[in-house]
Amino acid sequence: MANPSGIGASVRRVEDARFLTGRGNYVDDINRPNQTHCILVRSPHAHARILGVDASEALQAPGVIAVFTGADMGADKVGSLPCGWQVHFKDGTPMKEPPHFPIACDRARYVGDIVAAVIAETRDQARDAAELVMVDYEELPAVASSLKALEPNAPIVHDEAPGNVCFDWHIGDAAVVDAAFAGAAHVAKLDLINNRLVPNPMEPRAAVGDYDASSGEHTLYTTSQNPHVIRLLMGAFVLGIPEHKLRVVAPDVGGGFGSKIFHYGEEAIVTWAARKLGRPVKWTSDRSEAFLSDAHGRDHVSHAEMAMDKDGNFLALRVSTIANMGSYLSTFAPSIPTYLYATLLAGQYKTPAIYAEVKAVFTNTAPVDAYRGAGRPEACYLIERMVDVAAGVTGIDRAELRRRNFIPVEAMPYLTPVALQYDSGDFAKNLDIALPMVDYAGFAARKADSARRGKLRGIGLSTYIEACGIAPSNIAGALGARAGLYESAEVRFHPTGSVTVFTGSHSHGQGHETTFAQIVADRFGIPIENVEIVHGDTSKIPFGMGTYGSRSLAVGGSALVKAMDKVERKAKKIAAHMLEAAETDIEVKDGRFTVAGTDKSLGIGDIALQAYIPHNFPLDELEPGLDEQAFYDPKNFTYPNGCHVCEVEIDRDTGVVEIVNFAAVDDFGHVINPMIVEGQVHGGLVQGIGQALYENCVYDEDSGQLITGSYMDYCMPRADNVPSFTVKYHEDQPCTHNPLGVKGCGEAGTIGASAAVINAVVDALSEYGVTHIDMPATPEKVWQILRQGSPAAMAAE
Amino acid sequence: MYSFSFHRPKTLAEAASIQGGLEEPKLLGGGMTLVPTLKQRLARPSDLIDLSQIPELKGIRETAEGLEIGAFARHAEVAASDLVRRTIPALADLAGHIGDRQVRNLGTMGGSIANADPAADYPAAVLALKSTVKTDRREIDGDAFFTGMFETALEPAEIVAAVRYQRPGKAAYAKFRNPASRYAVVGVFVAVFGSEVRVAVTGAAGSVFRATELESALAADFRPEALEGITVQRDDLNADIHASADYRAHLVTVMAKRAVVACG
Repeated sequence: MANPSGIGASVRRVEDARFLTGRGNYVDDINRPNQTHCILVRSPHAHARILGVDASEALQAPGVIAVFTGADMGADKVGSLPCGWQVHFKDGTPMKEPPHFPIACDRARYVGDIVAAVIAETRDQARDAAELVMVDYEELPAVASSLKALEPNAPIVHDEAPGNVCFDWHIGDAAVVDAAFAGAAHVAKLDLINNRLVPNPMEPRAAVGDYDASSGEHTLYTTSQNPHVIRLLMGAFVLGIPEHKLRVVAPDVGGGFGSKIFHYGEEAIVTWAARKLGRPVKWTSDRSEAFLSDAHGRDHVSHAEMAMDKDGNFLALRVSTIANMGSYLSTFAPSIPTYLYATLLAGQYKTPAIYAEVKAVFTNTAPVDAYRGAGRPEACYLIERMVDVAAGVTGIDRAELRRRNFIPVEAMPYLTPVALQYDSGDFAKNLDIALPMVDYAGFAARKADSARRGKLRGIGLSTYIEACGIAPSNIAGALGARAGLYESAEVRFHPTGSVTVFTGSHSHGQGHETTFAQIVADRFGIPIENVEIVHGDTSKIPFGMGTYGSRSLAVGGSALVKAMDKVERKAKKIAAHMLEAAETDIEVKDGRFTVAGTDKSLGIGDIALQAYIPHNFPLDELEPGLDEQAFYDPKNFTYPNGCHVCEVEIDRDTGVVEIVNFAAVDDFGHVINPMIVEGQVHGGLVQGIGQALYENCVYDEDSGQLITGSYMDYCMPRADNVPSFTVKYHEDQPCTHNPLGVKGCGEAGTIGASAAVINAVVDALSEYGVTHIDMPATPEKVWQILRQGSPAAMAAE
Repeated sequence: MYSFSFHRPKTLAEAASIQGGLEEPKLLGGGMTLVPTLKQRLARPSDLIDLSQIPELKGIRETAEGLEIGAFARHAEVAASDLVRRTIPALADLAGHIGDRQVRNLGTMGGSIANADPAADYPAAVLALKSTVKTDRREIDGDAFFTGMFETALEPAEIVAAVRYQRPGKAAYAKFRNPASRYAVVGVFVAVFGSEVRVAVTGAAGSVFRATELESALAADFRPEALEGITVQRDDLNADIHASADYRAHLVTVMAKRAVVACG
């Protein structure tokens, strides 16, 4: 009988009762005895020399304890915030890596750069005093756009990076690509922008630093997706605190979408100041601060060309991308537009030759780093727009052109020309499932009906493949990662049979407390109520890499399986001893240990009890206890893939795009909890749709001021902006190299959706001669196209 | 938020007299603009005078010519009022589409018109519905109430008490919302009083205005087709990252047509 709370069951999320009743424990809920409050003075200028910071008046203000500047931290030899990934120029020289101090010392390089930290008894007192800190700025010319930063006389953001170039990197074989273009029957070309986004997790960032003078132990409570990574980076590189004296706790975290992966200056400031003052220091971002200072996402400008033979077979793809890094290199920034982007440019297609070059550029804007999908949405958007343009050039139906170029399922495992080896995936099958879901064949009739109502209608497809479960440490290391990318788990059976799992993964909305418990329940035949999942505290969990890149289940879940394997092996030994049988005669099923061919058996609970009451154990052969730990380093990335179809209607009078239908078919390998997976897909789709139609981070080009600094101007998608989604998944192509056969589902919706939406919008506007529109396709942008009139109609006049 | 003294008068007279000796008082209605402004430390009033406990500012009454709505009527109250829905349904519709549910449960009509945000909805109704603004000291013709961006005919310390709206033969309000803020990029209130047609436009310019080109076209022929090819001719239309002046001008005509259709 299947376990009702085991793998494959849509178990309700056990964490939700706590969240929905306000009992979550977020960083801002944490208050330490004798706590102080920190408000940060941030630069109002995008680029300015800091000539001096006069805190004398602020220090006189009520309740003020201290005002710290970059010089104060420098005097304590506080280091630069490290970058975790090194990318190289085409000639092999390393990227430019200018220092990034928690508090700016000589120059402020973006609006929001930290210039001083004011610490007071209350938050309001700190805020009042922050206004009294007099910073003497000498304003410098600023540059916000990556293209302008590359112009000859552009302001220079870092003296260490001439021409504002961080790196100029490439992948693939240019000569082979050139040769393929020379022999091509058709060439499709496309210029496109992948618009800059602000992550906007529901919970803004926060940090509390604490120091225990008696033990010399530091504690940082922080809104992080990966507390051990923060402990390593901040302890070893910034503050010089050894790991055994530094505890990092990331308790309940209200969403991250990547923006809480990185080590931010605020974390170092509160940790350092807590020791300096001998009192806990708390900082909580407000929403305005989050807009300015959370690492942003995307911001690519690209040119792409596709060479095809006369039948539309893809021969070669050539891509040139300029990526905005912002003012400083955030923790994983260099990897996003390179190894998480250009390596995905094969998409689902057997394009034999691909060459991509990526120029990363410093600007006077907030740092740019991973945001849900991180490089892969940019790749998918480019490829899937490119394929639609190619369909236009060749006159081949868009679905047919895709089908013609798909890597066939028989070709798996498949090595792409951009270094990835896909392990599994049946792309034609995804398409076959998706098209009937939206009645693709009946589109023409629906379009005619829309036209009768005075509206334009379009349909768009996108197929995606992503590299998740990031990744084998040896490959990542060879590509410049300065960290390993394994995951850890400990499975601790208690004497009475309940289980605590300590995972190195981190849940900040994903529902691990439910899905991980389901995996354990399934394996040992116990209800999930008997399983507790612990994460987020470096003093409790084994060293783990945390959660990003849809990796938790594929890597963390695999570590959990490995630890359960060890538990089972140990339990088998104990069972053999208790049942007076040979270990090889013990059969295990659903947590029941049976002597083969007999009715002699024990449950895991009986074994756990004996493990801790080893009255007659042969102690030379059998240790007491039932508590095992494992680290899992994956053999490869996992490759979730799927197909999205979007149908839109456009109001000719206003240019408003309405999504009238959206279907998603996903191959996530095996699914643990279908309800949670569906929720992840829905959320991902809304974020992808948000980028396509609504969200856009805009800086003033001349002043470098953030124009979209609040929800008055930064448009988040809302419930009434999206239709009821139709989603399906299939489990026919499980991951071939991890024990659960899982691929990951956290980013898929975001990766595929934007291209499907824009392809549908362009299709609707095709009668106006439109072949591309940049995101977001706002009402005015669409209206500006419509007002020009249809070329066909104008010709008829 | 900076600190301030808080007052909660019980009568209009008390509210008026309190203000006399104060350095920089501010009247607090629903607080939908003022409170966020205070939280961001963009304003530093010495005193806040909360108008929520003054019975004279409340209530919705039928008059011979239409309706009198107390300044402290919350948007949700106006939207849900049987009297308003029966008498001037377009006004209930307007109130029911301001902001979101939370805003409608707190925001007040008097606060909206006294603040005179260029993208607020109520100013369009004030101009279209031949209204009269009653204050603690006088009556102001609705047509003369709005004088500029965030500027009105109110004198310092003058308190809006109520607005009298005239019942039109038919009326409707059509709004194109800013996708981010959901304020009006353009909102057009069309009201018909016998042979007179009023078309009041909010959101498009620094202050609400009447689109006379559209009014005369509709007075001659009250059909959406009558507005074909007519665009408001003004050089003071707003332009921002969401909508250029051209687009706003276009939307005025589109929303006016939709309001005409909605008039039935």
